[in-house]
Amino acid sequence: MAFGRSSRKGPPPVEPVTLKILVAGGFGVGKTTLVGAVSEIRPLRTEENLTEASRPVDDLAGVESKATTTVAMDFGRITLREDLVLYLFGTPGQDRFWFLWDELAQGALGAVVLVDTRRLEDSFACIDYFERRRIPFAVAVNCFEGADVHPVETVRAALDLDADVPLLMTDARLRESVKEVLVAVVRHAMTFTEPTPEPAAT
Amino acid sequence: MSDAVARQMRRGRPTGDAHHWFDDEAGPVVRPYAMTRGRTTSPTRHSLDLIALVVPEPAADDPGRDQTLSPEHVEIVERCSDFPQSIAELAAGMDLPVGVVRVLVGDLVEDELVHVTRPVPPAELPDESILREVINGLRAL
Repeated sequence: MAFGRSSRKGPPPVEPVTLKILVAGGFGVGKTTLVGAVSEIRPLRTEENLTEASRPVDDLAGVESKATTTVAMDFGRITLREDLVLYLFGTPGQDRFWFLWDELAQGALGAVVLVDTRRLEDSFACIDYFERRRIPFAVAVNCFEGADVHPVETVRAALDLDADVPLLMTDARLRESVKEVLVAVVRHAMTFTEPTPEPAAT
Repeated sequence: MSDAVARQMRRGRPTGDAHHWFDDEAGPVVRPYAMTRGRTTSPTRHSLDLIALVVPEPAADDPGRDQTLSPEHVEIVERCSDFPQSIAELAAGMDLPVGVVRVLVGDLVEDELVHVTRPVPPAELPDESILREVINGLRAL
């Protein structure tokens, strides 16, 4: 087999430090849009095969022949510097894919919980998850056109957020707006003290 | 072709659901885990994080020369040779399940053709200076 590049010129590629931030929220809240607004690559999707881990959750009765399932996981990349790369992972929305969250959450710098004020309850599970695992997160209210605008404090109270959790109004389509949200997550991560993580029940 | 199907086709009617899936919709011709020869775990003890970067070793300059490598192994090395790619990017770019990419990268690590960067261990945040640089980098975007 012959390849065009048989000898590499120049120094070996630099090895960047990689960090990840999760983007969570209910179905259709704009996670993909948010990732797409700042990513330098168009949101990619990965798929997972149905594994043992999902067996207790996925009832296969009647469809025993089904061996794979498609879990879409959006992710994007932001190269901050040649040696510093930030990855964004949109977490799968469906409850039954919690097992994937554990893997995604490992080593995550922090998370964004995107909420739609018309369906606040969709974000309760994510907020609960990050609180339990002591993962620093910021809440971003995606301001949909046509949705009532609520004051920040009302949303904070409705979500029962701790006082130190950043809460921002955002437009997931706008790069500047999303940048602000990400900066808020990282700033929060800096001040976040790391107590011993309590084992979370799944 | 059975007589019934032939008859239906002559009448210009759809032949039912059995022939509904074409091309990509019919699923991969080769089942994903056939590329790993049925293995679902990697021989190495490396836990390959989704954002672990795959960096080719100098020995991998011409991966095509190694006859024991599959085309997918070679493709992984090729994709990473200009700029290291994460496991997640490789999976998405090659349209393979993450599990398959992990096994294949594990093989390459074992053969010392690539090495994998270790992301920050869980429950251990990167130090503050890196976080500061992230903030500055984001602002400068």
